[in-house]
Amino acid sequence: MMTMLRALGLLVCLCAGVTPATAQLLSGDVPTVREGLEIGTSTSEIAITSDFRGADLTIFGALTNADELFLAIGQYDVVVTLEGPRNETTVRRKDRVFGIWMNTQSVTFEQVPESYSVASTRPIDDIQATSSLNRMGIGIDHLALAPIGYVGNALAVADFREAYRRLKLSNGLYQRDSAGVRFVSPSLFRATVKLPANVPDGVHVVHAYLFKSGELILQKDLPLRVVKTGLEQAITDAAHEKPIAYGLFCVLIAVLTGWGASIVFRKD
Amino acid sequence: MTVYLPIAELSVNIFIILGMGAAVGFLSGMFGVGGGFLITPLLIFYNIPPVVAVATGANQVVASSISGAISHFRRGTLDLKLGSVLLVGGIAGATLGVWIFSWLRRVGQLDLMISLLYVAFLGTIGSLMLAESIRAMRRAAKNQPLPLKRPGQHNWVHRLPLKMRFKKSKIYLSAIPVVALGFGIGILTSVMGVGGGFIMVPAMIYLLRIPTNVVVGTSLFQIIFVTAYTTMVQAATNYSVDIVLATILMVAGVIGAQYGVRVGQKLRGEQLRALLGLLVLAVGLRLAIDLVLTPADLYSLSIEGFGP
Repeated sequence: MMTMLRALGLLVCLCAGVTPATAQLLSGDVPTVREGLEIGTSTSEIAITSDFRGADLTIFGALTNADELFLAIGQYDVVVTLEGPRNETTVRRKDRVFGIWMNTQSVTFEQVPESYSVASTRPIDDIQATSSLNRMGIGIDHLALAPIGYVGNALAVADFREAYRRLKLSNGLYQRDSAGVRFVSPSLFRATVKLPANVPDGVHVVHAYLFKSGELILQKDLPLRVVKTGLEQAITDAAHEKPIAYGLFCVLIAVLTGWGASIVFRKD
Repeated sequence: MTVYLPIAELSVNIFIILGMGAAVGFLSGMFGVGGGFLITPLLIFYNIPPVVAVATGANQVVASSISGAISHFRRGTLDLKLGSVLLVGGIAGATLGVWIFSWLRRVGQLDLMISLLYVAFLGTIGSLMLAESIRAMRRAAKNQPLPLKRPGQHNWVHRLPLKMRFKKSKIYLSAIPVVALGFGIGILTSVMGVGGGFIMVPAMIYLLRIPTNVVVGTSLFQIIFVTAYTTMVQAATNYSVDIVLATILMVAGVIGAQYGVRVGQKLRGEQLRALLGLLVLAVGLRLAIDLVLTPADLYSLSIEGFGP
């Protein structure tokens, strides 16, 4: 409910913001009118609480100076992505060795987003050609996956890339919704991207891309912080920053639990 | 009701974890074992990353061993001197074990090695236990007396130098095999997340010929310190001890153990050992099947730094 209210408020703000900007542009000496794109999110921070089961992030956007004709025939497309923190990721492949399945080959990809959720007005492969999407790195199938170090067999790397995407999609860290962006009025759109329960914490980035007749004309970015809250954060911090004290505390809890039980359940 | 595990970085159903802790606690109380060898595979079956399962399992064993050790200490069936000598080897072994653990993790063979070790140990110990208890049951059925142990019987272990006198155990024994046994168990503690009682107890009885009455208490004493030390070292090097997971397991475990003890007292020794042997074999078999069956997906992901 709160999110809805906040989102509505934001929508109002955005609407209000459109008019002066338009006026300014019109009175300015820009010969051809250029489209503008403004985005806002329902929240700038997502908290991972102890009962966190994933969340939806709503992104509102306003298209300014849109060409009426192009709008009418649906020539504007919006793609919104939420990119998680980037990290090196290793994909390992199992093979049968002496009857046992063990990891034999591996490929490490440099700096790929740990999570990636994409929403668009229609399937992104209908919006642009694959080669252009690959160049821009928009969409799950088009993210750059560059292996680190020497990899002999290019064909094998393709298998590893395919496996990477499949695994990420199956564990929910990568998601796509080709109807996730909706125009609520000719110039206002709303996008919903999903954050899975296992979303990594850190700074995520919302990217909004505006396509006109299939050409990328504008891009807007917004940061989104995903933080563990209260106790969860305190535990993670303690485990990484004061590992010795943390370890001691774990042992202490164990000692107290074991000792406590022997007192509580003492028979004599 | 779900609970978020901050170190494993995933949400789990709290009742499943509580149930797991209580069930393993019940079995550990019934059979007088630490339960680490059951908790770690169960956590892995429940998709907890093996790195976290092993480190957290070691932490859980601290709690489950401590109440046992206290009652043995009260009854005077704990040889502190023998326990300390075992501990020297145990700490050294655990240090090496954590190093091996980190190395296996880096080269991507940790999960495989954990499974292989479990299959090997659980398979061997389970079969031996089952065979021994069936023999005992047959003997009981035929009313044959137990074969007498000759007290003077010595093996090669007793010819080693550096002999020490352990008053409580009433034995005069070289420190070398004791330290070596502790060392081996220490490695297993940090690589497998077990206390190692299921290996140490038979080794102390059959190899070192330590009187049965002090064996369990003394091994528990050593297990507490080695698992506590392993927890610390795992926390410091792999950041993989999940305190939330460990606490839920421990609380459920110690309560379950109390009921297990009561049921255990009603069953006969050889029946108990046969059941435990079957259980150990079943867990080992399940892990072995996973190793041999074609996996659902040949590929797996691992993120640099920490992650599943």
